Amino acid sequence: MASVVADNIVDFELPMVPLDLTKRRRIHWGRGLILWLAAAYFIIPIYAALKFSLQDISGKFSLSPITAIPSQPGLAAAFFLSMRLAFVTLAIVLFLMVPTMIYVHMKMPRFRRFMEVVTILPIVIPPIVLILGVLEAAPLWLKSSPYLLSLVYVVLAMPFVYRSLDSGLGALDVKTLVEAARSLGSGWISTIWRVLVPNLRSALLSATVLTLALVLGEFTMASLDLWETLPVWIVDFDQTNAHISTAVAMLSLLGTWALLTLIVSIDRSNSRRRRRNRAS
Amino acid sequence: MILESHTTQPTPTVEASGSGAPVLLNDLVRQFGATRALDGFSLTIAPGEFVALLGPSGCGKTTALRVLAGFEQPDSGSVHVHGRDVSGVPAQRRDMGMVFQSYSLFPNMSARDNVAFGLQLRRQRTSVRRARAGELLELVGLSEHASKYPHQLSGGQQQRVALARALAIEPQVLLLDEPLSALDAKVRAELRDQIRALQQRLAITTLFVTHDQEEALSMADRVCVMSRGRAEQVAEPSVLYAKPATAFVAEFVGVSSRVPVTRLKDGVQLFGARAKIRGDVESLAGSDIDALLRPEDVSAKVANNGLGIVNHRSFLGATTRLGVGVGGVSVKVDVRSSDAELFELGTRVDLALSSRDVLVTERKKDA
Amino acid sequence: MKIPSPLSDGTSTPSGADDKDRGGRHITGTLVRSLRTSVPVLPFLAYITLGLLVPTLVIINLAFRSDSGALTLSNISTIVHGGEYLTGFENSIKLALATSVIPAVLGTMLAYAIAQSRFEFLKRLVATASGVLANFGGVNLAFMFVATFGANAIVTSWLARLGLNPWSHGFDLYKLWGVAFVYFYFQVPLMVLIITPALNGLRPAWREAAENLGASRWRYWRHVGVPVLMPSVLGSTFLLFGSGLSAYATTEALTGGTIAITPIQIGAYLQGNVISGEEHIGYALGFGMIVLLLISILGYVLLRARSSKWLQ
Repeated sequence: MASVVADNIVDFELPMVPLDLTKRRRIHWGRGLILWLAAAYFIIPIYAALKFSLQDISGKFSLSPITAIPSQPGLAAAFFLSMRLAFVTLAIVLFLMVPTMIYVHMKMPRFRRFMEVVTILPIVIPPIVLILGVLEAAPLWLKSSPYLLSLVYVVLAMPFVYRSLDSGLGALDVKTLVEAARSLGSGWISTIWRVLVPNLRSALLSATVLTLALVLGEFTMASLDLWETLPVWIVDFDQTNAHISTAVAMLSLLGTWALLTLIVSIDRSNSRRRRRNRAS
Repeated sequence: MILESHTTQPTPTVEASGSGAPVLLNDLVRQFGATRALDGFSLTIAPGEFVALLGPSGCGKTTALRVLAGFEQPDSGSVHVHGRDVSGVPAQRRDMGMVFQSYSLFPNMSARDNVAFGLQLRRQRTSVRRARAGELLELVGLSEHASKYPHQLSGGQQQRVALARALAIEPQVLLLDEPLSALDAKVRAELRDQIRALQQRLAITTLFVTHDQEEALSMADRVCVMSRGRAEQVAEPSVLYAKPATAFVAEFVGVSSRVPVTRLKDGVQLFGARAKIRGDVESLAGSDIDALLRPEDVSAKVANNGLGIVNHRSFLGATTRLGVGVGGVSVKVDVRSSDAELFELGTRVDLALSSRDVLVTERKKDA
Repeated sequence: MKIPSPLSDGTSTPSGADDKDRGGRHITGTLVRSLRTSVPVLPFLAYITLGLLVPTLVIINLAFRSDSGALTLSNISTIVHGGEYLTGFENSIKLALATSVIPAVLGTMLAYAIAQSRFEFLKRLVATASGVLANFGGVNLAFMFVATFGANAIVTSWLARLGLNPWSHGFDLYKLWGVAFVYFYFQVPLMVLIITPALNGLRPAWREAAENLGASRWRYWRHVGVPVLMPSVLGSTFLLFGSGLSAYATTEALTGGTIAITPIQIGAYLQGNVISGEEHIGYALGFGMIVLLLISILGYVLLRARSSKWLQ
């Protein structure tokens, strides 16, 4: 075979358009603008509210709103109520979902689809509507306890918990692990506790943090069920000094924020680890 | 009829584009950070020729293809098609058809629309587009799947549509970036033949990137073996196999064993006999050398006081490959399977070189 | 011959001809076995039933009942025939549309701008931030905005120093469009969160194949990019619509219940603001919301099915 021959040139017109550099630069500029505008919209309120929280009534910088927090009437009670509700919700939802999902992953994989659909339902029945039905349907003895809220919060938390556990379990080969453990003589409870749960640590952590964030921030149902949880307190509190309530709101915000950032970074370091393991 | 087709229609009339263009890749250099993907890479492709770029992953073969396609700009060097320098021409104007490794079909279009897309861009009338798309789908044997969407097609079918799509614009050059790697073995073998047959019929200049030497050797007119951004050897498959120019090629193409040898006045000492050296070895004067042997170039004979011991056997069909330990190394020897029973594990054998000369290279130092 | 699937998935495929005569009993046996396998998920099902299904059925039931318990359409007709409740729905839908369509567009643009960025750090930051911001909402968000844009707040005073006063030009944080402005804070990140995987699902091979066939940037987007993304974007818009429709806490905390949208009206109802003769109006309002949300969720699911087929 001959090598390339210059005399093989057919009169072929290739329009020699050089790379359009000017267009590229224009697009970069537009993109930067969008990013800066977005950053402004999201960051300015945070900065402003933080600043507001650190001002006394006259508008000067002061730590007084923060230092005044512990002495506000009802705040401690509200905070602890929220915490109690959070932990009860957490206990119920984990106790309900973990064994169920392990079982489904092992023995009823097709049921996962149903569960997925079910956990989308809370979007169709949002808290404001749900509380309407709950308050009507719940028996009086239940309504007189704040823990009715916990019971309902479990339903709200289900989508998040389901998603976390589903991806955590999906990454393991549950069936094989369980069969291996049982062939070595481990009973059911011991298998769940010693084999599965440790491998689900980050999924469980995600689920926990999301549930806590949800309960600590839930206002709709708590206020309409007439219980003074933390968010309800923030709204109800007589605001002669708006700076204090804003300070509490910002603390609550930053706390939730820290928790959520925690999960998102755990989640990402996990998917990075999973990708590395798969690649090797 | 060139390709399998489930219909019994007469051979479709796709005119040979006949415009296979000569291609020259000239001294390409491309650096990504610390790695030199292309390190002075040059290659010429004659009109209508099918050249395979073969090499291990990371050798730069895909980069070379993408430079030709226009998706990468080389740091230095140039690309010429039909004698003209197209280095500054953007990819969309280079008039080359490309088949990607996988999943390159537009998911929102049927097979027919995918194939017709290039024509749509060139503003051809709908009737013309449909007709031509139909012809091409017929050519690749997928006429009855024309209305299907990519997610409804198997991997092999998708790649056939991708091929039809690339050919629809009657390109001067056809580029294939490991198109068969993502498919399973049986489909791969079928498609290999179909692609080659199609290419020959249409006489399109083709560059085919692969890491699979079987593919390269069976399909190409010439194979360019690449390593670390450079061309190690460009030759016809048979030449590449029989006369590897470098140790890399000898070990990458086909199977070979490495045996340390000592130099003699005009040759080397191998298996107790003198063997002639292939090619020019001025560059190796003074250093220790190894011989590279193909299994079919070594013969084994049972001998009670033989120097070698059979320590491995693999049944390969017509031949059986023995692993013979001799002098601290293991040499692969092919024997006819009908004789294989003589060579049980542990049998002592004598080895002899059955080819005229032997390829030598610098001794590999233990890492 | 069909190989029976292992019992472990709760069902069993009947094997070949030998079982024909045992057909009837076999089917019942399969049924019993699958029921038995389902036992451990009963607690979950029971909880869902009691916690979600029962309240919903109660609402649907009471929406069609008068105070005396008789079946009636009067609750529905009260709403539909004008007045504050119809206004409430209209406002809710307007609000939901504004806070779904605009964030959908802005969110997609933002997500695209980020996906194109060279800075890995930016991408990670935004991923974390979106995850967090999308879960913002409610009381804390409301207070944050009051502290920022309220009458005596920080940004307002900055602008005052520049001589600008948005409040005197019709900006009112506590009216419908002010509330919408606040909703963007969680709707836009939600959109970024949902649409980024779809954007990442746009394979570079498509772009390059299009280029290779002669398409310009614009034509690639027109023929491939936009059509492929459209189901995801539309589906997400539906999701955002549902989210904008059902928000309560943010608005309540912000406006103190003075704004006429359906969730607030339901809240007012629960707080005892009931007119005699309209005792069950709240349930009718809830029922109306469920219907609207069902439609939006349906839109989301259907479009998502389409987009996942293409963006495998």
